[in-house]
Amino acid sequence: MIEYIGITVLWVFLYGYLIIGSIDFGAGFYSFYAKITNKKHTIRKVIDRYLSPVWEVTNVFLVFFMIGLIGFFPNTAYYYGTALLVPGSVALVLLSIRGSFYAFANYGARESNVYLFLYGATGLLIPAAFSTVLTISEGGFIIADESGVRLLLGHLFVNPYSWIVVLLAIVSVLFISASFLTYYANSAHDKEAFELMRKFTLIWGGPTILMSFLVFLTLSTHNPEHFQAMVEESWIFVLSLLSFLAALWLIYKKQQIGIAFSLVCLQFFFAFFGYGYTHLPFILYPYLTIYENITSPEMGITLIMAFIAGLFLLVPSLFLLLRLFIFDAEYVKGN
Amino acid sequence: MLEDPVLLSRWLTFITLGFHIIMATIGVGIPIFISIAELIGIKKKDHHYILLAKRWTRGYTILVAVGVVTGTIIGFQLSLLWPSFMQSAGHVISLPLFMETFAFFFEAIFLGIYLYTWDRFKNPIFHWMLSIPIVIGSSASAFFITTVNAFMNTPRGFDLENGAFTNVQPFVAMFNPAMPSKVSHVLTTAYLTGAFILAAIAAFHLLRGKTHIYYKKALHLAMIGCFVFSVATIVNGDISGKFLAYYQPEKLAAAEWHFETTDRAKLLLGGILNEDEQEVKFGIEIPYALSILAFNRPSAEVIGLNDFPQDLWPPLYIHYFFNLMIMIGMFLAAVSFIYLVFYYFNRFNSLNPWLLRAILLGGPMAILSIEFGWILTEVGRQPWILRGYLKVAETATTSGHVFEMLILFSLLYLALGILLPVILIRLFTKKSVESEIDKHHIIL
Ligand code: HDD
Ligand code: HEM
Ligand code: HEM
Repeated sequence: MIEYIGITVLWVFLYGYLIIGSIDFGAGFYSFYAKITNKKHTIRKVIDRYLSPVWEVTNVFLVFFMIGLIGFFPNTAYYYGTALLVPGSVALVLLSIRGSFYAFANYGARESNVYLFLYGATGLLIPAAFSTVLTISEGGFIIADESGVRLLLGHLFVNPYSWIVVLLAIVSVLFISASFLTYYANSAHDKEAFELMRKFTLIWGGPTILMSFLVFLTLSTHNPEHFQAMVEESWIFVLSLLSFLAALWLIYKKQQIGIAFSLVCLQFFFAFFGYGYTHLPFILYPYLTIYENITSPEMGITLIMAFIAGLFLLVPSLFLLLRLFIFDAEYVKGN
Repeated sequence: MLEDPVLLSRWLTFITLGFHIIMATIGVGIPIFISIAELIGIKKKDHHYILLAKRWTRGYTILVAVGVVTGTIIGFQLSLLWPSFMQSAGHVISLPLFMETFAFFFEAIFLGIYLYTWDRFKNPIFHWMLSIPIVIGSSASAFFITTVNAFMNTPRGFDLENGAFTNVQPFVAMFNPAMPSKVSHVLTTAYLTGAFILAAIAAFHLLRGKTHIYYKKALHLAMIGCFVFSVATIVNGDISGKFLAYYQPEKLAAAEWHFETTDRAKLLLGGILNEDEQEVKFGIEIPYALSILAFNRPSAEVIGLNDFPQDLWPPLYIHYFFNLMIMIGMFLAAVSFIYLVFYYFNRFNSLNPWLLRAILLGGPMAILSIEFGWILTEVGRQPWILRGYLKVAETATTSGHVFEMLILFSLLYLALGILLPVILIRLFTKKSVESEIDKHHIIL
């Protein structure tokens, strides 16, 4: 029981990071794009107004997932920790460059193309790096024997599945972010920004779905067991596809943009939970399962209680943040 | 040396934590003063204090950003460099780590709100109320992470059977014997450091010939904080010493070069050690002081290092770090005391340039003292990573690439370490206090 609660909580937070992280990462890219194409005044303002108050919160989602993973499944620290030193460190450096340069550019109050470039580029590299961890969890890239745990970095680089996951991550980021910014620009009554972001949403929609199909296809040879499980639960992925189509239709018709963005969230919700559910019981195929590596019941129950107590603190505060900055029409419009 | 993952991992941990702790400490220390300044400003309807709160917040935000970044690095790096340690820690001490992330959340959310709502409330007291979660959140994260470090020094709350952790009691692990003294010392020193940095900034401007009353108000507010927290620091520093004498006598003995168990033990300042003869040259000895520090009685018996097997001795150089920390602590207390005396007795000038210079020096000194204190505790725990259970050498990663990562992160910290002051200076010189007071209408 504890293992299911634990993995669900973690997966929910990772999903949260997926959505708000994507918005943030993609916004960095669009911000840079707007700068070099001199579209500054249309979308930059919208992006800045959304990003400034929330960027720190985004990062905490990631830290939460990571600490929670070690708490509920301590052995993951040993396997992933040993194997991922190099790629993990590189991802951390990228994340640091991004975070600090955002703050420098934003609060330090100086526009610099170098900052913006780093900010935009890392926005695409980081999701690429993180998505590789999901690839690694499918097995075949980590071996553990008497001499320790090792990552087969070379295999990872020549593997088609791993590259397709990377591409999927990048286009998803651009798609999610564009659809959110469409919604935000719409609420801000910023016509120009709305048109631009709507165009981007439509552009990146196609590749997102294409890459998702390719991921399915390549997974069938990479980890047939997982593929089989996915086929058995295919209804979840059908729901995901339907949400996607409905969202795209609404955005194309310029109607109900708020609902359209919710549908995009649903699309990824179904896909992400479908993926996660069928991945079970493995956290790292074939070495770690949630059953054998769950923490002791004493710790597990305490963590769950702490989590519930934490939610009482968190949910009202998040609600306040959203009300003040995302759903406050006056703020969004920039008044 | 370049091939030894243990040594390299220790270096990388040292560099990361040593860098993070600067931002973290200031991040814990400054919010209280922001909150106090804003409250005074609202109550006295004094615009200067509001401006003070705003300007402090601006600097604070940039520091927090770097703190978040380096903190995220630590969170991951502990697993990357010390996988077996985190595996064990995950079993027993993950509760406070987990709760710490909630504290971060809380602080991050309200900081975001606080920054962008200066002018959004009709009644300014509502805006002030938003600062309280920031104070609570940052101090709570220091509390939680310090319990983890306390656990590493006095692990409790589990049984170890054939390498497996059984009978885990998360709250016993969290509220271990080292927790009270550590948490209180870490928190008060963070407030002290925050106060001294703010005071040092004000002193700097006054020394440069600025005469606006704004700076004097800033200095005075910060110096009161300095005094209160430097006294508190000495008190719970003393308690930390007593904790060590009872629970980690080898650390205290190593810090004091106290080899033979004796009563009426003397405190040693400075000196040069001849390790083979266990003799000290050029040191200043204060009779009975070590016994008093350890047990409050001049006649008390203090355990010496020779009672422990030599392979469990911590490195003896921690003596100097201990000395330096205490000396800085005394210096900070003295400076803030003198300032207050000068201030309240009109016969003296509390803006005496020499005093201002001492205050200016106090800022960097406080930060150094934080570093020295952590080196004392962390190196003083050697060779253990979990005292009595796990040794550092057993828990490091086995990867052959730590050296490259050490270079990578060193470059990152170097870049951040150069950019951070540059950005801060630029931020504050671009909008001078005087121009902002003139405008009277300030938005962040
Ligand atoms: C501004 C910083 C600062 C100042 C002025 C002092 N300390 Fe300190 N000290 C720390 C900052 C610090 C710290 C960085 O916060 C440490 C490191 C770990 C910890 O628990 O606190 C610490 C640790 C520490 C320890 C080791 C605790 C342990 O290992 O469990 C002792 C015994 C003292 N201190 C004692 C003192 C005394 C007697 C001081 C007298 C003035 C003093 N400190 C001033
Ligand atoms: C006593 C020492 C420490 C103190 C006082 C401290 C305090 C802080 C503070 C104030 C922040 C900024 C958080 C924010 O504003 O959101 C921070 C960030 C962070 N710290 Fe430390 N820290 C300490 C040591 C550590 C250690 C050893 C770890 C690793 C386990 C750690 C993990 C983190 C993480 C993960 C963050 C980033 C959280 C975020 O994304 O907001 N800290 N720390
Ligand atoms: C935040 C302030 C801290 C600082 C500045 C600090 C500093 C240090 C230093 C200097 C070392 C290297 C010791 C050596 O080379 O012998 C070290 C080691 C280490 N510290 Fe801390 N420490 C802090 C807090 C913590 C906390 C709260 C934790 C627990 C989560 C922690 C975990 C470790 C680990 C795992 C090592 C490596 C093992 C070792 O060399 O002892 N540190 N730290």
